[in-house]
Amino acid sequence: MTQMEYAKPRSFKELDGIFESAKGPLRFIAGGTNVVPDLRAGTISPRLLVDLSGLKEMAYIREVKGEIAIGALSTISDILASRVICDKAPLLFQAARHLGSPLTRNRATIGGNLADASPAADTAPSLLAMGAMVHTRRRRGKERTIPLDRFFLGPNKTILAKDEIITRITFAKPKDPSRGRYLKLGLRNAMTISVASLAVSLEPEGSSFGGARIGLGAVAPTPVRAYLVEKKLASGAMDPKNIEACAQLITKEISPISDIRASADYRKRVVAVLFQRAIQAAVNGGTP
Amino acid sequence: MTTYPVRFLLNGTPVEVDVAAQDTLLETLRNKLWATEVKNGCGKGDCGCCAVLLDGRAVNSCLTLAVQANGKEVVTVKGLGNEDDPHPLQESFIRKGAIQCGFCTAGMIVSAKSLLDENPRPSPDEIREAVSGNLCRCTGYKKIIEAISDAAPKCSPSD
Repeated sequence: MTQMEYAKPRSFKELDGIFESAKGPLRFIAGGTNVVPDLRAGTISPRLLVDLSGLKEMAYIREVKGEIAIGALSTISDILASRVICDKAPLLFQAARHLGSPLTRNRATIGGNLADASPAADTAPSLLAMGAMVHTRRRRGKERTIPLDRFFLGPNKTILAKDEIITRITFAKPKDPSRGRYLKLGLRNAMTISVASLAVSLEPEGSSFGGARIGLGAVAPTPVRAYLVEKKLASGAMDPKNIEACAQLITKEISPISDIRASADYRKRVVAVLFQRAIQAAVNGGTP
Repeated sequence: MTTYPVRFLLNGTPVEVDVAAQDTLLETLRNKLWATEVKNGCGKGDCGCCAVLLDGRAVNSCLTLAVQANGKEVVTVKGLGNEDDPHPLQESFIRKGAIQCGFCTAGMIVSAKSLLDENPRPSPDEIREAVSGNLCRCTGYKKIIEAISDAAPKCSPSD
């Protein structure tokens, strides 16, 4: 086994110093709920583990001028305990409730959930449906802002460079928080990985679905927005006929795989059902 | 091999131990500090047998690196009470028969303690949610939920 080293920077300056002196591949770790099993299984073997959990300035949840900002080190439990998220972004609250178990949620961070880039990442569909942006930092303070729908490149692959970390996730405060719904189908109720998950966010304009956004999980190589469906929804009326037509279309917009949890065909059928239930709930103001 | 000195409070007692970067808190507790009350089940965060309180919150010690416990407070089921002076949760598990083979018990009680510290009067559904990361392969869940529910009024955060 190769030697592994560990570093825990307390500031961005210290982090930059680590980048300068690092020899060989490094891996970031925060809560460790994904990284530790990967280390144990030998699927990753970095030369250096860089523990980001000492960068305390990245643990916060706040609302500033109509925008909600979540520091990357916020744990899933922090999100569930946040008044701001509970009241103003219940779509994310609903998703956080479905991530793992309390034992996982007390460690897992939102930055890690996105950086891990699982197609089934629980927070991703809701964040996609709220049009979230990922803010990053590279060495020497180089920052950029990436729309979440351009962040994921494939299973466990993101657009992040080797020296790039997520600092925060932001999204505009939903105009009407009750017009959103996250649904997840797993093989059981508790502590389960998604067979399929879906988040719908509506910003009804009169009697149309204009402004509808849909995020999907576990039905493509990455979490995805359902752009074709959003367009079709917006172009039609706010009626059962349009919803039904969009439910047909959504099965064509996704590219699920068959795996240990479900077949591709099953996932297609299930997504159509989840879509209809979620949109109905969002139309009704959050209740199915 | 590069090792790192780690210091933390284990059930109120300061401990110091040298660990490798990839050593988990679970293996360090069991193999170096002989805290074998912390059980090694799946080793990948599925079963909750290895749950401990880390700075007051229940976590899987198999998913936490030992180096990440540095400067923190770790409490195992043993830190909550012992045979002479059991914690109300421990007493309740015995009285209710919520222990069959006993392998999940240490983690169950730690998750329950974490719940009661935040929510002193949980509903049965809230209790089920709180122990959703703890598997009991004897499937004795009903009595476990009852034991936690029964213990709740007798617990205070200082216990």
